[in-house]
Order: sequence, then C-alpha cells, then structure tokens
Amino acid sequence: MTVPGDTERAENGTPLLEVRDLTVHHGQLRALEGISLRVFPGEVYAIIGANGAGKSTLLRTIAGLHRPTTGTVLFDGRDVTRLRPERRATQGIVMVPEGRRLFGSLSVEENLKVGATYARPGPWTIERVYELFGWMRERSNQKTAQLSGGEQQSVAIGRALVANPRVLLLDELSLGLAPVVVQRIYGMLSQILATGLTVLLVEQDVSQALRVASRVQCLLEGRTTLEGEPGDLTPERVEAAYFGLGETAAGGGDAGGGNGGQPVPSAGHRSPVPGGGQAMGQSSGGGSEQLWPG
Amino acid sequence: MAWVNAIIQGVLTGGLYALFACGLSLMFGVMKVVNLAHGDLAVVAGYVAIGVITVTRIPVLWSFLIVVPVMALLGYVLQRTIIQSALDRSVLTTLIVTFGLSVVIENGLLQFFTANSRAIGTDLALVRDSFKVGSQIQIGYLLVVIFAVAVVVLLGLQYFLSASKYGRLIRAVADDREAAQLAGADYRHVFGIAAALAFGTVALAGISYGMYSQLQPTTGTDTILLFAFAAVVIGGLGSLWGTLLGGVVLGVAQQIGAQINISDEVLAGYIVFLAVLVLRPQGLTSRRTQS
Repeated sequence: MTVPGDTERAENGTPLLEVRDLTVHHGQLRALEGISLRVFPGEVYAIIGANGAGKSTLLRTIAGLHRPTTGTVLFDGRDVTRLRPERRATQGIVMVPEGRRLFGSLSVEENLKVGATYARPGPWTIERVYELFGWMRERSNQKTAQLSGGEQQSVAIGRALVANPRVLLLDELSLGLAPVVVQRIYGMLSQILATGLTVLLVEQDVSQALRVASRVQCLLEGRTTLEGEPGDLTPERVEAAYFGLGETAAGGGDAGGGNGGQPVPSAGHRSPVPGGGQAMGQSSGGGSEQLWPG
Repeated sequence: MAWVNAIIQGVLTGGLYALFACGLSLMFGVMKVVNLAHGDLAVVAGYVAIGVITVTRIPVLWSFLIVVPVMALLGYVLQRTIIQSALDRSVLTTLIVTFGLSVVIENGLLQFFTANSRAIGTDLALVRDSFKVGSQIQIGYLLVVIFAVAVVVLLGLQYFLSASKYGRLIRAVADDREAAQLAGADYRHVFGIAAALAFGTVALAGISYGMYSQLQPTTGTDTILLFAFAAVVIGGLGSLWGTLLGGVVLGVAQQIGAQINISDEVLAGYIVFLAVLVLRPQGLTSRRTQS
C-alpha cells in the first residue's frame, strides 16, 4: 500500500518508525487492516479516528503489546515486529498507555524511577521532569491515587520521558480529562515537542491532535481513510474520513465551515456509521464535543 | 502461669510460621501464584542441609550459607521455566503445576530418604538448651533465635522491596505488568527475582523446622504448607507483616488449645483460621500491598 504524499517527505532521510501493511486481529475480530505509516525524525504524527477505529490497537502493536497477523514494524530501519515490548522500550520506542496506567502502590517519584530504570542516555532526567511540571517535586512522595486525572497524566508522560525515548507513543492523552485540563496537557506537550522529540500520537480529540501534528492519518473501522498534512486538509475532508461519510453528506453537514459552533457526534459513539447517515450522540463527560476548532 | 507460658510459646512459634508464610505470600502478591509445593520445598531445603552437613562435615549453622542461596537459585530457575510457562496459560494452571511439583518432590524424597524422620543439629546447645523465667516458664533458645530471624527477614524484605531497584520493579510489576514492560522491565526476570526471595525464605524455614522438630517427606504438605496457608490467610493475603501477625495468632491459638487438651493443639489453630475466613476474609491486616 502506498501512502499518498510521501515522496517529498522521503527526501528528509529514512523514517525513524515505519509500519508496513499491518493487519491485527483480536480473536476473530479484525481490528486493523493494511495500515501503513512512516514517521520521520522530529515529526509529530497524529492518528485520529472515532472510538473503535483501531487507533489504540495500532499504537499497542507498535509498542509490542499485540502481535500483528501480517505486516511489519520497522524501527530505525530494523524489523522489530517480533521484539518484546520491554526490548522495544529499551531501544527507544516508549509509550504512554491509554488510561495512564501508573503504578498505584508506588509514589510519584517511584513511578518516575521505574521509568528511568532502563533509560537510554539522553537529556531527560527526573530532575528535568520536576522542572517541567512545577507541582510535582513537592508532591513526589504521594501515592499516585491521590492525584487528579490531569496530574496522573503528567506523571505518566514524565515516566515515559525519563526513559529518553527516540519515538514517544501517546495513547489518548485527553481520555477522561476535563477540557481545560486537556488544554493544559497539550500546552505542556508543545513545550516537550519543541525539544525535537519524534512523536506518534493517537487522539479522539481531533482539534488538539491537529494543533500539534505535522502529519495526520485518519482511521475508520481499522482502515486508513485519510492521510496528509493538517494544512492541506479541509474540515470537510477530515469529518468525512472520521465518520466515513460520502462527499455529499459531508458537504451537507457543513461542520465548522463558518459557524464553528456546529456540534458533531461525540467520540463516544462506537456504532459503525452507515453510508450517508450520521449518528448524533452526547459525550459521556457532559456537553457535546467539538470536532473542529472554531 | 501455665497460660502465660502457652502464650509466650505460641508467640515464639509464630516466628517460625511467619518464615513459612512470607515466601508463599510474596509469590501470591507479586505473580498471583499459589505455590502448592511451598511446604515440600522447605522440606527439600532441610534434606539438602542434612546431606551437605553429612558429606562435607561443616558446622550445622554453616549449611544455611550454602542451602539458602542454592534454593534461591532453584527458585529463579523454576519460576523462569515451569511456573512461567504455566502462568502464560492461566493462573489456574499454576495450581496444577505446583501441585504436580509437590507430588513429585514428596515421592522423590520417599524414594531417596525413606519415610524415616530426621532432625538437624540435635547435638547443638542452641537446639537443646533453654532458659527459665520464674519457676514455670521455660523458653528454648532456638525458638527465640528463629523468631528474631523471622523479624530480621521481614525487615530485610521490606527494606529490599521499598528501597532497592529490584524491589521497586517487583512492586511495579505486581501493580501493572504491562506498564512495567512499557518502562523496559522484563517481568519474567522480575518474577524470577521474587521467586528467588521466596525460595530463600522457605529454605530458612525448612532448615529451622528441621532443628525445631523433625522432617519427614510428608511434612511439607501435612504441616508446613497448611500452617503457612493459615498464617497468610489470618494475616491478610499479600501483606508481609501480616504473615508475622498471622503466624503469632496461629501459634498462640495452638498453644492455648494444647493447654486445654494436648490433642486439640492443631485443631485450635484451624478453628481460628476458619473464624478469620468467615468473619474477616481479607485478613487481620487489610492493607493490600507489601510495603
């Protein structure tokens, strides 16, 4: 499978992370089919898509937590498809998992120390994470269960950073967090990205993803529906790819075209979207979610 | 005075039971493995110590320095091989595999060492002698030493788990195996280290029991495993200091039972065990984690 628009990027050198024609099954269910992507050094690559599109499965397969049925994962030109997750982590593929997954009986500092145990040499230290997140130092002895969701997410990011990743995988940073907290987390992320870190992120919150991404791919029911640079993509095309709508339906929806306040189906819906229909739903967090920034 | 004596003896015996129990509790707490061969491995350690002492003629207490590291190594190897491959299938499979291990060990011991009972270091002053408190209370030096060893082992384990790199990894893996993998930790290796700790403590317990009482090939399942289970359940699953509390409660219950009627000793312990299971199934210490 060829990725459109890839030829000009390829001149920047070899991709740091490459996925070729990946198909993954959960039991009988096909979660991903024929997914390819190339992440070049310094890029922020965003995978967007509705719940159940296979985004997390893709990230977990790259991290080594799922075995693909077919296809390969290449890291720095080497085939890592059969490598265990811990070996990938020590080579520089480090993931912030969905739902944060902190070590609950460990303190904040101990969580960071676990992250640093098998760290590659590099600029990130626990000290530097404390400098980035000002509140963290004085609460370093607290158990992570006592932290708010946003604070826990910060610790999870810190735990990944101290491993000095060559490519950082971020799985749904916004999940379960209040919009204002999501804004703050992504504000922090911009600071981290300024260091030139290569990032592959998965996000339901499309506006946040498009703000930080230099390249974006949209998944729908395990398949790629769109790939390109955020600047080249119109809101209509993104929405059509996100919900699997035909061109006419997307035009009729006119989401974000001018009024900006157009609510779109919450990311919480998982029902497959039929041909031209559009399922409207409310996000569980209260209030409808906005697909495209106003 | 007889009752005070019973309670003192019970508390001290609790130290021995805690040594039985802490390895069982550690393996359950970290990898959710209920090691049914736990008691038999204690007996193996005792027999190995007897063999080492007979062959090399080293002083009895020196055998600890050889047998404990050897058993720890065996723990690492068994965990990385048969226990891990059982875990990869399901947690229930580990029950069957460790039960099988128990049967194999017991019959192996019967084959090579016969059913005769054996004791360790019966000619040692430490094992034979006791001191008197008042006129009726007589305390064996050995039990006091074993209790002290149990406290030192638990303190050591706690320090290791809370302050060392591998201790931290053990707790992290117990919390979330997958997240630990994402941090670069090979959980199989970490499990192996936890098993090595557990087998080291069980070796201590087995040799100590051989000095305190007698070892037979069946002692592992009919005494040590059951007492270890009772101590763990009374104290609270996965709690390190709970094993000492559980051991002490079990020991005191047994001694008080024996005081009422000598044939009620073991029964009294199990009545307390059952009472705790019914009234407070989470154990006397309700904390979930080790540290």
